[in-house]
Amino acid sequence: MTVESPLGNTEAPAEPADTRQVIRPYGDTTGDGMVQMSFSLPVPAGKRAEAAALQLAAKMGLEPASVVHAKPMGPDFTFFIVYGRVGHLIDYASIPAPPEREYPLLAAPEVNRAIRRALGRRLVIVGACIGTDAHTVGIDAILNVKGFAGEKGLEYYGEIEVVNMGAQVTVAELVERAKAADADAVLVSQVVTQKNAHLHNTKQMAAAFHAEYPTAVAAGMGRPLLVVGGPRFDTVAPEDLGVDRIFGKGTTPAEVASYLVHALLPADALAPDPADGPTATPDDAHNATRTDAQPDDPAEGDTAP
Amino acid sequence: MAPQRKLDLDPEVVRTARRLAARAAEPIIEMARTHTTVSVERALLRLAGLSGADGEGRPWANHLADAVRDQVGLEHGVALPVWDALARGPYGSLAHLAREAARGRVKFRLPAGSDAATATDAARKAARSGITRIDRRRAERDRMLRDTGDPAQPWIYLIVATGDIYEDIPQAQAAAREGADVVAVIRSTGQSLLDFVPEGPTREGYAGTYATQDNFRLMRAALDDVSRELGRYVRLTNYASGLCMPEIATLAGLERLDMMLNDCMYGIIFRDINPRRTFVDQRFSRQIHARAGIVINTGEDNYLTTADAVDAAHTVVASQLLNERFGHEAGLTDAQLGLGHAFEINPAVPQSFRLELAHAQLVRELFPDAPLKYMPPTKHMTGNIFAGYLLDAFFNLAGVMTGQSIILIGMMTEGIHTPWLSDRDLALENVRYVRDACGGLADDFVPRPDGFVAQRARQVLGETVELLDKVAGDGMLTAIAEGTFGVTRRPADGGKGLDGVVERAPGYLNPAIEILDAEDPHGARPGAHAEQEVPA
Repeated sequence: MTVESPLGNTEAPAEPADTRQVIRPYGDTTGDGMVQMSFSLPVPAGKRAEAAALQLAAKMGLEPASVVHAKPMGPDFTFFIVYGRVGHLIDYASIPAPPEREYPLLAAPEVNRAIRRALGRRLVIVGACIGTDAHTVGIDAILNVKGFAGEKGLEYYGEIEVVNMGAQVTVAELVERAKAADADAVLVSQVVTQKNAHLHNTKQMAAAFHAEYPTAVAAGMGRPLLVVGGPRFDTVAPEDLGVDRIFGKGTTPAEVASYLVHALLPADALAPDPADGPTATPDDAHNATRTDAQPDDPAEGDTAP
Repeated sequence: MAPQRKLDLDPEVVRTARRLAARAAEPIIEMARTHTTVSVERALLRLAGLSGADGEGRPWANHLADAVRDQVGLEHGVALPVWDALARGPYGSLAHLAREAARGRVKFRLPAGSDAATATDAARKAARSGITRIDRRRAERDRMLRDTGDPAQPWIYLIVATGDIYEDIPQAQAAAREGADVVAVIRSTGQSLLDFVPEGPTREGYAGTYATQDNFRLMRAALDDVSRELGRYVRLTNYASGLCMPEIATLAGLERLDMMLNDCMYGIIFRDINPRRTFVDQRFSRQIHARAGIVINTGEDNYLTTADAVDAAHTVVASQLLNERFGHEAGLTDAQLGLGHAFEINPAVPQSFRLELAHAQLVRELFPDAPLKYMPPTKHMTGNIFAGYLLDAFFNLAGVMTGQSIILIGMMTEGIHTPWLSDRDLALENVRYVRDACGGLADDFVPRPDGFVAQRARQVLGETVELLDKVAGDGMLTAIAEGTFGVTRRPADGGKGLDGVVERAPGYLNPAIEILDAEDPHGARPGAHAEQEVPA
């Protein structure tokens, strides 16, 4: 399509120069480069401490900088708030869009809704630490209500039924329980890695499931989805082990739940449904939020516990 | 200052709520009186002075209790087999016996006749010496409270959690100097699921520091120093929860901790610890806490991290009434019941602050003599630290308006990281401002009769009675199995630690429990009086 310009030019108008491809922080004027930061230094408050704060700011590229607030915190520490101008330029165009996970990260109400719609029953998962591994911290972080990184674990999802078998479960027990529960997915955690026990155990587990369900077409089609997690799986691919997915260090419950939806439910399970309305059922109204740093248990503890 | 009645609650409804809570608690108490657990038995050994661990960190208390269990079972308790073996020799001490038992070199038996009488006497002496040590620590606290001074409420409660006790100590002292009245050392993630208490001073933990006897002692000593420096007794808190609740309670009593998290259902709901295990362990823990003069903190605030704070407000009150009943039965006074609740309503809910005031005032009036512990927002802290700072100020305001006793200081970096030095300093600045600006506001805050706040409070109380009626009718174990508290379903035979529960046989002996059951935990202390029993 062509546009008539008042000058009679029939070319398509040139894009306005994209100045935003090279950017600086924005305070109140384009290009002013203003940033704020706060930090503490392990020195008593005073002029010398402020000079130290300014030197740090200069080394961080803030020029000029000003200390707008300096407060003693006990005899040995000072807290600063500093504003300053950074000279750094960011070439935004050169920043590649980060690779996206192949499935969307869902909040708990969305997961519950998708399961309700696509299955009409609760999604059943069986979790365990297999072999001699007694470290349930991984499986508990994903499954326990307490959760991990401020996210509630899968037990908290109203539409997910969790069977957590705990530690030192044999492969035979796991297969038997998964069959009895008619599990949609099996989650196995492997923390102990001496003599590559985590790889051997996982392969043994996968082989047992494949043998138990010889006519299975795929995960969710004749056999449960097989998921393994642990800190030392970064050198292997799922197909090496015979599982459907490997999760590494730092995985949160929502990532696992979202993956289960992606892998086990048809894509249209996530389509907006006017009948459901914009709000979720009360039981999952607020579970997409990030945090409960309840002690103890915490973090432990249990403030708790 | 005793909180005045401001909500015009119907006293008959309040009495009904307490009666229903007592009815619901009764079968659970009966179960606790007729069962023991591996941790209750180990707690007796620790009370008798057994400490230390083998080279791999497995405590001698575990070795000894396991050896007894393997050979003669635990249904009669460890006391008779252990002190019988000691009497027969040639072991110089409990520790020596435990080391030999760990090597499989001790043959235990259930003594009879005069051997049983000898073992019983020796076990009773050992238990008495432990209880006496706890009594002395309590007297020591009373002395320090007199000599250094007891801060006025609300107490400011702060958390440290570096994982390294030697890093925690200067942080706790700094927090005290900056105004903390109570310091809590958060435990390392997952400690509640360990079926043993780690040993020694520890320098590594994940998102918290292990609860160990040495860590308790080091921190209490450091806070004693700073208490004397400040002229104000700084209290120390830890967590009597998880699979080793009775042992940790015992260590807390022996090392003069002042407050302990100790909820009747937290471990069940949030840690999937078996309900029976929890209730049996809990009764012993609370008896020890009562004796040690320790204030317990209950964990109702946690329900609101999973359930909606408006919809589930009545579950908090129901649980507080249950915790109160279990606490009274175990000998805790009202002044030892730090019942928990929280400021967790979604700020996007219209009138959220008025709803918070209604809930906080309701709890204040239901438990006028309890040192209520009020918890800051966590669920709706978003990472926007500036908005979080504002929300924390509103929380502090609600705390002073409704006369809360212990205020946990909210951190604007909640959910981002464990608090930095500067996070704590800013948080204290926040609470100081609110306290200085309107510390006496509770005097002026009288909700309009039949106004929004009063009506909401009455509504929550009404829902509480309905819920307790159902819990008392169905039984607590059934209610927990159905997900009544904190959304999660926890069947009575599921979860961790059930294999550590043993029904007591006739002739079961635990001399610590004998003392705790028989004696007034507050003895001849001035001002001590028996709690009024509520008929079931």
